[in-house]
Amino acid sequence: MRGARSGGVAQIIVEGLVKTFRIAERTPGLWGALRGLARRRYREVRALDGVSFSIERGELVGYIGPNGAGKSTTVKTLAGILVPDAGRCEIDGRVPWRDRIAHVARIGVVFGQRTQLWWDLPVIESFELLRDIYRVPPARYAQRRDELIARLELAPLLDVPVRQLSLGQRMRCDLAAALIHSPDLLFLDEPTIGLDAVSKLAVRDFVRKLNTEDGVTVILTTHDMDDIEALCRRVLVVGHGKVLSDGPLAELRAKVTRERWLTVDLVDADARVDEADTRLVRRAGARLCLAFDPEVVAPAELIRRITARHAVRDLFVEDPPIETIIARLYGSHA
Amino acid sequence: MTPYLAIIGARFRMLLQYRVAALAGVWTQVFFGLVLVMVYEAFYRSARASAQPIAFAQLASYVWLGQALFAMVPWNVDSELRAMVKTGAVAYELCRPVDLYGLWFARAVAQRTAPLVMRALPLAVFAAVILPALGLSGWRLTAPPSLAAGAAFAAALVCAVALACAMSTLINIVLLWTIAADGVVILWTTAVSLGSGLTIPLPLLPDGAQAVLRWLPFAGVFDLPFRLYTGALPAGALASVLARQLGWTVALVLLGRRLLARGLRRIVVQGG
Amino acid sequence: MIDALRLYAHYVRASVRGQLQYRASFVMSAIGTFVITMTESVAVWALFERFGQLRGWTLPEVALCYGMVSISWALCDALSRGFDHFAELVGSGDFDRLLLRPRPIAFQLLAQELTLRRIGRLVQGVLLLGYAAGAIDWTVPRALLLVAAIASSACAFLGILVLQATSAFWTINALEVWNAFTYGGVTMSQYPLAIYRSWFRALFTFAIPIGCTIYFPAVAILGRADPLGTPAITGWLAPLAGPAYLALCLQIWTLGVRRYRSTGS
Repeated sequence: MRGARSGGVAQIIVEGLVKTFRIAERTPGLWGALRGLARRRYREVRALDGVSFSIERGELVGYIGPNGAGKSTTVKTLAGILVPDAGRCEIDGRVPWRDRIAHVARIGVVFGQRTQLWWDLPVIESFELLRDIYRVPPARYAQRRDELIARLELAPLLDVPVRQLSLGQRMRCDLAAALIHSPDLLFLDEPTIGLDAVSKLAVRDFVRKLNTEDGVTVILTTHDMDDIEALCRRVLVVGHGKVLSDGPLAELRAKVTRERWLTVDLVDADARVDEADTRLVRRAGARLCLAFDPEVVAPAELIRRITARHAVRDLFVEDPPIETIIARLYGSHA
Repeated sequence: MTPYLAIIGARFRMLLQYRVAALAGVWTQVFFGLVLVMVYEAFYRSARASAQPIAFAQLASYVWLGQALFAMVPWNVDSELRAMVKTGAVAYELCRPVDLYGLWFARAVAQRTAPLVMRALPLAVFAAVILPALGLSGWRLTAPPSLAAGAAFAAALVCAVALACAMSTLINIVLLWTIAADGVVILWTTAVSLGSGLTIPLPLLPDGAQAVLRWLPFAGVFDLPFRLYTGALPAGALASVLARQLGWTVALVLLGRRLLARGLRRIVVQGG
Repeated sequence: MIDALRLYAHYVRASVRGQLQYRASFVMSAIGTFVITMTESVAVWALFERFGQLRGWTLPEVALCYGMVSISWALCDALSRGFDHFAELVGSGDFDRLLLRPRPIAFQLLAQELTLRRIGRLVQGVLLLGYAAGAIDWTVPRALLLVAAIASSACAFLGILVLQATSAFWTINALEVWNAFTYGGVTMSQYPLAIYRSWFRALFTFAIPIGCTIYFPAVAILGRADPLGTPAITGWLAPLAGPAYLALCLQIWTLGVRRYRSTGS
């Protein structure tokens, strides 16, 4: 699968996607309800306002943005569920919404919030149903199934009805289920939501190997920035229906702000700190966090100034968390 | 009094929100009413009409009253309460500083009367006004034959509501303490539907069956008030009707309170 | 085609296994439905006790219609849970999952569940047919016509449920209007169509073929002349109406799905 069809056309081509939703407006109260029976008022929401990007085979791309930014609309359009109002999209040479059955036969989708497994059935029976739905030949199914069971450690779960699984166990089973038919392209929507730390690491590890060793293209939609930082070299930030940023994570930071943060643990919790060229981000007793522009004051210089004036137990310099970056990026385009 | 009124009021408000659903339900009941009236009309035209205990015109009114007041028949149980028992949340009910039977009776009043707001009037209007306008006046809901009949109906209807609520509350209480709840519900629904005149108007049942059913509580909910309305029972029979309705209401309320108290003691003992 | 049938069988096996986990509930539900439907049958018996006949139709003849519609509705009801509860599927977002599978949506909805507890009404229908069977002069063609009429009527009811599911794309609160045609249609079809007014009959012969898919074949099976005066061949051709109606409804359904995908949820 790796490098099987190299060169030339990207796997996913998206050009100028536009999608507007009409949402009925509800006026509260009895009078509003009566009026609503006669004439409905609609609000237009531009979920997608000219989204364009392309993704090569084997990439692992993060697709992030605030709620209502158009993330799920994009994923639904790429998956073939929604038909856009305008724009062009081709995945492996197919238009997703036009050739729905042919298209979905080659993709896998995992929704973190909702399982695709049959609630009352043992996990293995869900797999077998999916095998028949996706028309996977028996020999290939057996090999794929055993491989996924091994990699995701599903052996003790196979005979358990899905309703009895914990969230972490269910997510691993959902991942396997989405891959039974060996798709080239995998959509992950909030795959680590609600998971404990161990499960999160297991899921990330699996997805990383899936991408690097099997060459499966992965599009990851998530609010969990740790997922993004752990997995994605390339990040698409979407906001107000547009792509606000497309490129490596480091570039995204640089695009938004040069700012860096210095966190200091003081000996004296009540010490007054008043440092020029800095902005106080937060303070909790002895620990405070200062934002500064490294081109105005060099990190070493700032550290020297602070340690000269205060007794310091510990300190470190870091980039602002990615959430802050995204929020600023989003806010600057409002 | 206030907590009870609050429960009833809340139910009314909730149902008002589902106006469209109510209208859809009215349409379905109109259809059912038309089918039933047509079927009974065909039966009546197959035999000597004068030999029947109730005239066809009266039967048509009976059918439409049944559709309009359908929600009043206590054939269904309070699913919220059943869910509360299953999850154990019924414990919260037991902690409330009000008379529990009264609370549950108020719930029954809400369940039995609130749906009528959205359905009884439209159905009555359809059956009384629109049907004749469409040229189908033989099928319509006619007015009571006399003022006395109308007054008797009104009185019997009020008592019917009380009786229905007593029955509703009783079955909900019984269900709390039974293991084979599903079986009890089946038997109850069948008995209520048949005995009240919902499945088939009681006047059409064999005379022997009617002789028994008119003394059971179910008949007091629908059949007896409807007969007063149509004049099949003279207005003078009101006293007998009320006696039966109120007698059963009191008996069922007392039984319900006794069962509830006994059941509560059991829960408290087991809960520890 | 074979592949689709095999997949359908797989779905059915899975659905049955899932339901049998709640065996007690299923048994009680089936018994409950049986008791309720038998009570309604007793009511019909009581009417015949009082009136003797129904516009020239005897109790066994009505029992034939009644049994046929009970069985066909039980079959449809058992197959159609996906369509009947479609509004919930759309509301919860699980409909999107169906769009993500490489199979036709209608197929997936049909295969979703074989509701076992509908057997309660099925048994009632069979008992009624058993009672009616004594009054019928059986031949092989008539027996086949009986099967075809039941299947056709089940298709017609399924068509109504498909329309109900389609309407769920536009409204969730008004879905109950279709109950008039499903439950009301079942009640109506228990009796020979001939007893109803002409405009009522016309609606249910030309617009929605429930009632007529029971009545005309019943007339042919009973070997009696149709009081409505239709030619004898009508009963033998009537089973065509059900599948044709279902096909039409599925076309409308396809339009509904297309609109959903264009406007979003």
